Amino acid sequence: MDESLLTFPKGGVHPSESKTLSEHLAIETLPVPEEVDILLQQHFGAPCKPLVDKKAKITEGDLIGEVSGGLGAGIHTSVTGTVKGIGPAAHPVSVTSAAVTIQTDREAPAITYSLTDWRTLPAEELKKRVKAAGIVGIGGAGFPTHVKLAPPPEAKIDLLIINGVECEPYLTTDHRLMLEHPKEVLEGAKIILAMLGIKECHIGIEANKMDAVELLRKTARDNDSNGFKITVDALKVKYPQGSEKQLIESITKRRVPGFGLPFDVGVIVQNVGTTKAIYDAVALNKPLYEKVITISGRGISRPANLRVRIGTRLSDIVSYLGGTKPDLARIVLGGPMMGFPISTLDVAVTKTTSGVLFLTEEEIDSRPHGSCIRCGWCLDACPMGLQPNEIGVYVEAGRPQDTAQFGLFECFECGCCAFVCPAKRPLVQFIRLAKLKAKR
Amino acid sequence: MTVKEADLWSVAVSPHVKSHESVEKIMWTVVACLMPSLILSIFVFGFQTLIITAVSVISCVATEAVSQKCLHRPVTVKDGSAVLTGVLLAYVIPPGVPYWMPILGGVVAIFVTKQLMGGIGFNIFNPALIGRAFLVATYPVAMTSAWLPPVLDASIFKYMGPGVDAVSTATPLYVLKHYGLEALIEKFGALSTMYGNFFIGLRPGCIGETSVLLLMLGGLFLIYKGYITWHIPVSVFGSVAFFTWVFGGEGFFSGNPLLAILSGGAPLGAIYMATDYVTSPNQKTGQVLFGIGIGALTVLIRLKGGYPEGVAYAILLMNTLTPALDGWFKPRRFAPAKGAVK
Repeated sequence: MDESLLTFPKGGVHPSESKTLSEHLAIETLPVPEEVDILLQQHFGAPCKPLVDKKAKITEGDLIGEVSGGLGAGIHTSVTGTVKGIGPAAHPVSVTSAAVTIQTDREAPAITYSLTDWRTLPAEELKKRVKAAGIVGIGGAGFPTHVKLAPPPEAKIDLLIINGVECEPYLTTDHRLMLEHPKEVLEGAKIILAMLGIKECHIGIEANKMDAVELLRKTARDNDSNGFKITVDALKVKYPQGSEKQLIESITKRRVPGFGLPFDVGVIVQNVGTTKAIYDAVALNKPLYEKVITISGRGISRPANLRVRIGTRLSDIVSYLGGTKPDLARIVLGGPMMGFPISTLDVAVTKTTSGVLFLTEEEIDSRPHGSCIRCGWCLDACPMGLQPNEIGVYVEAGRPQDTAQFGLFECFECGCCAFVCPAKRPLVQFIRLAKLKAKR
Repeated sequence: MTVKEADLWSVAVSPHVKSHESVEKIMWTVVACLMPSLILSIFVFGFQTLIITAVSVISCVATEAVSQKCLHRPVTVKDGSAVLTGVLLAYVIPPGVPYWMPILGGVVAIFVTKQLMGGIGFNIFNPALIGRAFLVATYPVAMTSAWLPPVLDASIFKYMGPGVDAVSTATPLYVLKHYGLEALIEKFGALSTMYGNFFIGLRPGCIGETSVLLLMLGGLFLIYKGYITWHIPVSVFGSVAFFTWVFGGEGFFSGNPLLAILSGGAPLGAIYMATDYVTSPNQKTGQVLFGIGIGALTVLIRLKGGYPEGVAYAILLMNTLTPALDGWFKPRRFAPAKGAVK
C-alpha cells in the first residue's frame, strides 16, 4: 500500500472487504413493488405525523408525513397509488413503527423532473429545497441535512468534506454512485459549497476505489470549477476510515474534540449519497424517495446494487434477486461492522438503509465467547484510544456504572475491538449495556 | 403484516464479522513454535525429555479438566492454554528429574495458579513458573542438580533407567557463579566454541531452554504473526546484557553480556514466558519497563542470590507489577471530553 495515502493516526482494523461480490455490478432499478410501507419514523429524531388518510389517492413525490416539532425531516411517497392503511410495521431498529402502506397504481405515468439552473438561485432557496425534499444523512444516522447545513454563526466553516470512503465491508453503493454519477456528485458538492458560502471541498475515497478517484479527478478537471476548489483524496484502506472524526483527521489533521462536532474544527462532512440527493433536490426539485442500496453477502442468490423506492419491503427485493441460499444465517441492514441485524424480511427500506447483507454462518462466526485473556489487541484496534477490555470485564462483574473512566462515552461503536478480540467477546454489546447504566 | 416463525433470523449486536484469530489458534501456534526445541532436546538430552514433557502436558490438561468440572465451569481444555502451560513447565525442568515430578508441578500450575484464581485471564502469575517455583521449593536437590551433559553419540536412550546420577553435571551459569570464567572455559571450551554450542543448544540446562537459535526462530514467527511484539523480549535481552556488562565482571563494565544471554533461561523466559498476555502489561511503555525489570532482577539474582539462574523468579516478581504498570500506562485517548474521567 502506498505510504503517501492519507490516514488517521491510531487504531483501525482490516476486515475482509468482500466488495468484489458487487463492486462491478452497475446500478439496476428495481421494478416498482405492488405495495410499499413508508415508515413514519425513518431515523432518529421525532417521528412524522401522517398527512394523508386511508384511501387517499397520492402521486409519487407527494409529502405524506411531517414533523410537528423537534428534529426531523418530511417524508414523501415513493409511488403513485392509494393509501391502504396507516398502522404498525416492522422497523429495522425500533422493532415497530407507524407506517403508511400504499397500494401502487401500476398504470400511473412515470414522473419526470426537469433540470433547473441552481447557480441563479440564492443560498436561502437552495436550503429551502433541501429541507422540502426531506433530505437526511443517508449514509448513516439520518441527521436532517438542512439542520447540518445551517451551522451556528460562531462556527467558522472553511471546508466541506464529501465522504466517499465507504469503509464498511460489502457495501458498494457510494462506489457505484461515484462511478455512474460523477457529475451529479461534483455538482452536489458545489451546491453545498454555495449554500455554506465557502470555496474548498475535499472528497475522501479509500484507495480500494481508485477508479472512482481517477474518474472524479478527471470529471473535476474537464468541467468548469465555477471558482470552487475541489480536491479528490485517496485514503488508506483501513476501517473506520469513513467515520466522521477519523476522516476529518485523515484529510485535515484537525482533531474534533471529545463530544464535539465537525463544525468545532470548521468542517462539514456529507456522504456521497446525500450529496447526490442534494443535487436531485436542488437541480431537479426531486424529493428523496428512492435510493441506491447494496444487496450482498454469500447468502443471497444474486448480489446487486439496486435503485429502490423507499418503503420497498425486503421480501420484494429478495424475490426479485432469486431468493436466499439455504446456508443464510443472518440478515443485516447496513454494513457488517455497525449494521443492525433483522429477524424478518417484512422490514421496509428507509432513507438510511445503505445495504442489506445476507450472511452465511461462515461469514458471521457466531462461536461462543470466552474470558478476556488481556492480550490488549482491542486497545491497539480502538481508533479512540479507549479500553474496551476493561469495560467488558466490569460489565461482566456487574459494575457497568463504573466504566466511564475507560472512555465509555467517547465510543462510537465502530466494532474494531470486537472484530479483533481472539476470545470473540461481544465488546460492543458490553459497551451498549454500560452506556445504559453509567452516567456521563 | 403477519410474521411467520420460519421467517425469523438470528440476531446479535454488531460487528457481524470477526477476525479469524482465536485464543485457540494463538495457543496452538505458540505450542507449535516450541516444538523444534523439544525435538532438539530429545537428541541432546535423550528420549526421557519427551516423556517428561508428555507427562507435564497430560498433568496440566487433566488438572484443568478436573478442576473445571469441580468448579462447575465449562471445560475449555481444547483452547490449548493448558497444553502450552504443560510444555512450558517441562521446558523449565532439568532433563534428569523423575517422571512423576511434572505431575505435581502441573497440578500446582493449573489448579492453584490458574483455576483457583478464576481460570484463563484471571491468574496473576505465570502458571508454568509457579509450577517450577513450587518444585524448586519442594524438591530442591533434583531441581538444581539433575542436569545432563549433551548426548553427542546419538544414543538417545542412554540416560533412561538407573545410573543417571553418575553422569549429572553442572550448568554453565552454575560453573560461572561458583568457579568463575576460567573454570567455565575449561569445562565448555574456548569462548568462541562455547558461543556456537550454546547458541545451537549443546549445553546442560533445562529441557527446553538451551537452544537460543530455535527459540528465537519461533519468537520471530510469533512476531510475524502479530501474536507478540518485540518490546518485552528485546527489553529483557537488553536489560540482562546491560546489567551483566556493568556488574557481572571483576570490576565494573567488564561482564560478558553475550554469555549471559546464551547460557541461561533468558531466551525462553523473554520470548515465551514474559510475553504471556495475562500476566504482562498491554501497553508498549509498560512492556518495556516490565522487560527491563525482568532483566535487572535476573542479573541481581544471578550475581547476588542463592541460585545461579534467576529468570523465573524475576518474571514472577514482575508479574506482580503488571496491574500497576497497566494502571500507570494507559492508551492515550484520541479526544477525551473536557472534564471527562480519565
